[in-house]
Amino acid sequence: MKEWRYGLAEQRGTLLALGIFAIMFAIYLVNHPAIESQGFTTAAIANVVNTAANKGVLLAFVAMAQTLVVITAGIDLSVGMIFVLTNCLASWLVVGSALETAIGVFAVLATGLACGAVNGAIVIYGRLQPIVATIATGAVYFGLALLLRPFPGGSVNEDLADALTGRLFGVVPSSLIALAVVVLVIWVPFSRSMAGRAAYASGSLEVAAYMSGLPIRRGKFVAYALAGLLAAIGGLFLTFFTYTGEAALASGNTYTLFSIAAVVLGGVSLFGGRGSAIGAIFGALAFRTIGDLLFVFDLDPLWQPLFQGVVLLIAVSLGSLALFRVRNKLEWFQ
Amino acid sequence: MTAGRCGFPQRPCQLTMARMDIRAAEGVRNVLKQEDGSVPLFRMEGVSKRYGGVRALEKAELTVHRGRIHAILGENGAGKSTLIKVVAGVVAPDEGRMTIDGQEVTFASPAAANAAGIACIFQELSLVPDLSVADNVVISNPPTRFGMIDIKAQRRIAEEALARAGAEDIHPRALVKDLPLSRRQMVEIAKALARNPRILILDEATSALTASDVARIFAVLKRLRSEGMALLYISHRMHEIAQLADECTVFRNGRNVASYQAGTKSDNDVVELMIGREYSHVFPPKPAMSPTGREPVLECRNLGWTNRLRDVSLCVGPGEVVGLGGLDGQGQRELLLALFGVLRGLTGTILVDGKAQTIESPAAAKEERIGMALIPEDRKTEGLMLPMSVRENLSFAALDRISRGGVVDRAAEQARIDEMIRLLAIKTAGLDVPVGALSGGNQQKVVIAKWLMRSPRIILLNDPTRGIDVGTKQELYQLLRKLADQGAAVLFYSTDYDELIGCCDRVLVLYDGSIKRELTGAEITERALVAAALDIKGGEAGIQSVALN
Amino acid sequence: MSDQIAPARRLPPFLRGVDPAVATAFACILLLLFLGSLYSTSFLSPEYLLQQLKVASFLGVIATGMMIVILLGQIDLSVPWVVAVGGMMSSAAAAYGTAGIILAMPFGIACGVAIGLVNGVGVAYLRIPSMIVTLATNAVAQGLMVVYTGGFSPQDSASAAVRYIATGFLLPGIPNAVVIWAMIGAVTIFLLTRTTFGRSIYAIGNRESAAYLSGVNTRRVVMTAFAISGGLSAFGGVLLAGYASKAAQAMGDAYLLPSIAAVVLGGTSILGGRGTYLGTIAGVILITLLQSILSVMQIPEAGRQIIYGVVIVVMLLLYGRSPASR
Repeated sequence: MKEWRYGLAEQRGTLLALGIFAIMFAIYLVNHPAIESQGFTTAAIANVVNTAANKGVLLAFVAMAQTLVVITAGIDLSVGMIFVLTNCLASWLVVGSALETAIGVFAVLATGLACGAVNGAIVIYGRLQPIVATIATGAVYFGLALLLRPFPGGSVNEDLADALTGRLFGVVPSSLIALAVVVLVIWVPFSRSMAGRAAYASGSLEVAAYMSGLPIRRGKFVAYALAGLLAAIGGLFLTFFTYTGEAALASGNTYTLFSIAAVVLGGVSLFGGRGSAIGAIFGALAFRTIGDLLFVFDLDPLWQPLFQGVVLLIAVSLGSLALFRVRNKLEWFQ
Repeated sequence: MTAGRCGFPQRPCQLTMARMDIRAAEGVRNVLKQEDGSVPLFRMEGVSKRYGGVRALEKAELTVHRGRIHAILGENGAGKSTLIKVVAGVVAPDEGRMTIDGQEVTFASPAAANAAGIACIFQELSLVPDLSVADNVVISNPPTRFGMIDIKAQRRIAEEALARAGAEDIHPRALVKDLPLSRRQMVEIAKALARNPRILILDEATSALTASDVARIFAVLKRLRSEGMALLYISHRMHEIAQLADECTVFRNGRNVASYQAGTKSDNDVVELMIGREYSHVFPPKPAMSPTGREPVLECRNLGWTNRLRDVSLCVGPGEVVGLGGLDGQGQRELLLALFGVLRGLTGTILVDGKAQTIESPAAAKEERIGMALIPEDRKTEGLMLPMSVRENLSFAALDRISRGGVVDRAAEQARIDEMIRLLAIKTAGLDVPVGALSGGNQQKVVIAKWLMRSPRIILLNDPTRGIDVGTKQELYQLLRKLADQGAAVLFYSTDYDELIGCCDRVLVLYDGSIKRELTGAEITERALVAAALDIKGGEAGIQSVALN
Repeated sequence: MSDQIAPARRLPPFLRGVDPAVATAFACILLLLFLGSLYSTSFLSPEYLLQQLKVASFLGVIATGMMIVILLGQIDLSVPWVVAVGGMMSSAAAAYGTAGIILAMPFGIACGVAIGLVNGVGVAYLRIPSMIVTLATNAVAQGLMVVYTGGFSPQDSASAAVRYIATGFLLPGIPNAVVIWAMIGAVTIFLLTRTTFGRSIYAIGNRESAAYLSGVNTRRVVMTAFAISGGLSAFGGVLLAGYASKAAQAMGDAYLLPSIAAVVLGGTSILGGRGTYLGTIAGVILITLLQSILSVMQIPEAGRQIIYGVVIVVMLLLYGRSPASR
């Protein structure tokens, strides 16, 4: 096999997600009412792209968070709740002068990190199953969110919010830049670190990781903690887009569910050990675009949840096609 | 040596003579080398380790020299694996001391042993399947730059290590899970070499390899020896040890009972040392003549499956015990699974009582029309539900026989279970204790009993005596013969040549997925089995040519 | 001296054989009742206890299905919208004349069984992780109900028969819902302990490959278990609709975490293969009492969520941990 083929094989999941996203977004763009009325002008395209980007990055951040945990063969059903909690917190703290805002942002991110660390500690050191543990901690995080914002409200530093949700040079959505920065600052170092490799290895085959003397617990803990941090970045951006905080149960559940869908579309194996957050980002963007296709085709928005559910069901079923290549039935049980 | 105490008197000696010839050329140099009286590279003295009340190691001694290959021999449970774990830092000994270059050392962890220059290749499960070969090779100590793993340096190290292991054909970016088993074993060796060890431990490292891979690895190991590395080589394959080792230490009951220069003892002497008693007739007598002319119960024609089974045809008659021989991993396991309906995409025909049958699942295989049972390879994951009770395990395969309308008839269940416990003399503290609490031998009896509850006509056994005590083994041999005498057709795969010789009316030897030889009655000898397993026509001359390759 | 293996634990005879987790759960129930009685003596009144049992029976029915799935080592996250589907579809059927009223309950349950079958096919035949496929079917069920109701609360009312079954008293003094839970419980205990299906569930939960190689059609067992879970969730939804006279959009949301928590707090291993229905009964009552006491003490929703999550984590840490690796 040639060198480039290995490179391709490594990135197959990510490239597939990118492909799906590119096709879906092209369809979306061509049929978008604003484009249809104004034609393919830079301004019109930039506008549509920016709106789509702002919606997409929220899910992208939460999907990145989910990726980190899924790589360790775990699952975090509390990411949506951390997202909601940090949204409520940001609507209190990210206000006032530049310094106050900076401290607020720091506090919000630290809270997310702490939530993730609690999840990690319970799962790793408490030896609880990730599903049950994170459903329970999710309830706690949602309770805290409700405590902060019994009713929707609050505000945010609008200068910062507008800067991060607007366009750079009038063209590039700054939310996408922020996403790229987060990838460079959090994901790349993690995936290239010893902890990251331990996370991958323990997700793939924990016994082997142990026998090889990898820091399994540290790797998993870092993955859970960073997942909390990434969900908090998502929560922060939600506040920038909405200018308010709201403890919405449905929103938290939806983001948790969609993060799993995005991860699957992005080629991250739910059995652990395989996939990248960049794939999950494209998975998230693709999933969002698919959901919005109904809108550009002028269908009743009532159909959107069903449509997204069916897409999700098909996506997870496609993953099982590999099953038909299995010729020793005992491999089903591994 | 007398014919009286050994079931097969002549063969081991002859084989040994041949092996000594093989060794003669290189043996002299190594024997001389050991005489120079320098401080040994590694030494352990008075090392003991207990697990609960069980003594795994008892005042064990071992001396390893530079530039030597040191073979460790012993039966299952003789303390070999504990010894390796102690040397590799996986477990801490209760007492005793270890020295490297005369300096006393203690290992708190495998990493500490690594740092001291000891690398270990375990039998399995130490590679991460979803990571690349390069990732795996450097896994415990990857090169870093600015705190991040340096991909380029990692690649370079991996390529060097693969080259040293003689596995240049493996691409460093390939995923381990995409490699066949034999290539993974080469990656394991490269992974160990990447740590630049001074002592390399190989624990059954060749069990998954094809003959040509074995030859390549032997060349690599000999080169490493000439570079001054010390190698600890654990293997059950006497002919491998004869080819490779400079010196041997035999373990029995946790003690080292003898150390000797390789080639100075015959195989039979070594076996005596290992078992610590003389051979006796442990096998039940075979029927005078294997029943022929009767309609075969089980027959298969031209079975094929991927590249693991090629054109396999066999038949087993009622009352017949047919053995499957050959090196481990030549398709024996797949053959049994194929007959039992586990494999998809099977080609060829399976006939039961002369009628062609399609068996698409184990559920179909155990139906009345076929009446097949499989005693699987791994009783812990395939045979038993360890946390469940002895009762539930025993009756599980036969639930349809002891239930009506899906409701279990508890009286009928109890009666059948009592019968089985009596028949197999299963020792258990009660029927409601978890089957995992039983000894290995009794667990294996439960696996067999749960199938005997169905009174199967065709019994497939996949290495059923692995890891169980000698007493239980003998009981199982008796049982097999008894079942055959009652008319069952038995197909019996064993990795232990003695069992094939002692138990089977016929032996089919597999090599690379196809049956290479059929041995009947007096033809079943160790020499014939070994020759056929290596796919050699004649015998000694052939062995020699492969071995020296 | 003989080296006989001594009995591992020395417990009083009546406790021997009782799972410590189940015993703990029952002890926690007594503790909660004691704490509640300090707050108000009415906590120990028969009326209050019976009322709690009635509320518990809705959760009990749903948790029964969840338990069967968890015993397999799987999980059913489609509970929220299967409950809603059960409630909505039975109410919808009731609007179609006499036949509809008669078939209201079976129709609601059948819809749940159908969703459960999709889950079962996904898990057993396509080998999709149960967590994922059930999340997906939950989303699909939600989508279907949103389309059906137009996004509003459905206007159909539960049929009189359904209301009677959920709220009436067939036996004097004992709510019908409790009777139904008792019947379902009895059938489940029989199913799990006395039938080949029950044995197969435990076996698959412990070691699926061993169960398969024992010649059990493991895929059919798994699929059936999910269908049962879907049917019971929908049945819970039917009863809830009868209890509240009509179905509501998010009526099932409050039952996912409690049903899992009840099963796990009752000593059933989340990894599958181990657990008794007695434990699930204890878990259901425990969860219901906890919810009731929190609401009687007028703790706001936020506080309830927090206490609820913390209690579950703490109790799991006490006895729900997986064995230490190596």
